[in-house]
Amino acid sequence: MTAFALDMSHFLAGGLVLLSFTLLYQDRLPPLINAYGIQSLFLSLSVAWQARIQDAPELLVTAAIALCFKAVVIPLVLHRLIRNLGIHRTVETVVGIGPTMIAGMALVGLSMALMVRATSGIDVLAREDLAFALSVILLGLLMMVTRRNAVSQVVGFMSVENGLILAATGAKGMPFVVEMSVAFSILIAFIVIGIFLFRIRERFDSVDVAILDRFRGERP
Amino acid sequence: MTELLNPATGILFVPAAAALLLTLVPSYRIGAWINVAAAFVTFGCALVLLVWRPAQPGRLLVVDDLNIVFIVLNTLVGFTTSLFSRGYIAHELEIGRLKPAHLRFYHAMYQVLMGAMNLALLTSITGLMWVAIEIATLTTILMVGIYRTHEALEAAWKYFILGSVGIALALFGTILVYSVAQPIVGNGLPAMTWSTLTENAAHFDPMILNIAFVFLLLGYGTKAGLVPLHAWLPDAHAEGPTPISAVLSGLLLNVAIYAILRFKMVLARNPETIAPGPVMMTMGLVTIIFAGLMLYRRRDIKRFFAFSSVEHMGIIAFAFGLGGPLANFAGLLHMAMHSLTKSGIFFAVGHITRIKGTQKINEITGLTTSHPLLGWILVASVVAIAGLPPFGVFTSEFLVVSSAFAHRPLLALPLVVGLLISLGALFLRLNSIAFGEPSGGMASDRMSPLPILFHLGLVLMIGIFIPGPVVSWFQHIAASLG
Repeated sequence: MTAFALDMSHFLAGGLVLLSFTLLYQDRLPPLINAYGIQSLFLSLSVAWQARIQDAPELLVTAAIALCFKAVVIPLVLHRLIRNLGIHRTVETVVGIGPTMIAGMALVGLSMALMVRATSGIDVLAREDLAFALSVILLGLLMMVTRRNAVSQVVGFMSVENGLILAATGAKGMPFVVEMSVAFSILIAFIVIGIFLFRIRERFDSVDVAILDRFRGERP
Repeated sequence: MTELLNPATGILFVPAAAALLLTLVPSYRIGAWINVAAAFVTFGCALVLLVWRPAQPGRLLVVDDLNIVFIVLNTLVGFTTSLFSRGYIAHELEIGRLKPAHLRFYHAMYQVLMGAMNLALLTSITGLMWVAIEIATLTTILMVGIYRTHEALEAAWKYFILGSVGIALALFGTILVYSVAQPIVGNGLPAMTWSTLTENAAHFDPMILNIAFVFLLLGYGTKAGLVPLHAWLPDAHAEGPTPISAVLSGLLLNVAIYAILRFKMVLARNPETIAPGPVMMTMGLVTIIFAGLMLYRRRDIKRFFAFSSVEHMGIIAFAFGLGGPLANFAGLLHMAMHSLTKSGIFFAVGHITRIKGTQKINEITGLTTSHPLLGWILVASVVAIAGLPPFGVFTSEFLVVSSAFAHRPLLALPLVVGLLISLGALFLRLNSIAFGEPSGGMASDRMSPLPILFHLGLVLMIGIFIPGPVVSWFQHIAASLG
């Protein structure tokens, strides 16, 4: 493997980590969704690069899913959704951007120290990728716990998932990567449908005749 | 052709075919019967597999002594629950909580769930097991939210977010295990197959295996409802349809425990890794005591028994963490006994909430006076789940406690305290539910109590006498678990 191939894959994986940090400090939803879209774009490039250097064309399917579904469709749907829900202007009070960023840096430091030291036994490419992927996963989890809004929690979860796909494609010749990325896409689709359901629930709270039927049934 | 005749493929194909068929059948009555029939045929296949195990069914599936226990238990409880569900949904339809269109979806999802759990148990590939558990999670999320009430949707959402985080952690662990195996056993499927993983585990890098196990334990531990990752479990049990609570408690938690056990077996083959035992024991003990304390504050009968499930998962995790032939034997037995008893209890709770029209504990009193049969069945089931003789749960809990005293006397103390705490809570609540002035609905119970009696009978039988072949079979597995 050439040094350039390694550098390129590190550059792309590092880009994912950097974008995870930008996700952390967004306090409005539209830029948050855009940052997620760009992260997915980087993921798709990274996976395509892995497909090339590992000579594994089936990974291109995963890259295509990441590009079409996660970098384009999901952000568009989410933009529409937050406009429909009327939360696209709300400013989310992120609990202390400073402490969150410091915690994020500590997490990245931890995962680098842990993975690079621990994984001396495995392939050099997989090793660095695993370290970056763990950083992305931990940052995504950090985002999920520091946010209150359901949409930002979901964006956090989706960035965790980007980290997982990065880890899976970095492991050389791993079977079922394509199947897993499809399974995850289904999961994400369900999440977005779930947010739609939540909107329905909020309507129930205000004015909908369906609520009357429900009460009649439940309270004889 | 031989693959088609293999009962192992039958266990997977019957639910898949039934799920397809059920989406096409508009009548919910026929649907319920198809559901029962499919569950019965699947159970039949599992029994055939138990007595006659043909050559290994292809590369992707594996049948060994460990997973056959889980499969037989899974298909058995799946079958009895489908019987219970037939009576239960007819009532839900009557009071208008569900519509016939929902039921078509419900039955198809039930079979998808059974198929996914069977796949998770049967597959020999770590990645495929992960996909199967994800599918099982998704179907249960959909079913928990099926009533579309405010609370049901919120419970489904909570389950969804926590379950997804768990599943994400488990996948990272799975990927780590692959990447540590790949340099030793080569690219592709072998590095994800249980048999090659356990055979070659001694050559794997111990440090990465440790990290991978932590992720797997946290990930699948979320699915098993171990404290502090249990938050989704009580809500999901309380707000979903009762047959789903029975399947969740009795089966899906077991599948998660099975996943942890398989990875623990891989770790056990590598002497340089950390011992997974202490970690599991600590989580188990914390779970037992926490769930025991939480039992006192519950007002909802389904939530109450859901916390009891959390407690029993703690006992199982503790037993397997303790390790050794006796504790592993006790863990397996306890798992089987808990599945049977707890799903039986949820059946009984289904009958009770139907009659009384409420899930609030303080609105249900004097059950033995108003409905003697149902009341005494509940009393017997709660005695069983509390771990008192003559039921099977007593046998397994006794074995767990005595092996804890033999190997870790210091840990046995908190274990016993935890068990006593939950015993107290169970009897406190049982007293008010079963005895005293009857209140609430007085309608007679038209649903058949046969599934509950069958479960109780099995648990009682094991409590009094465990057949020799079962003992030697469980002992064999316990020894292989290390």
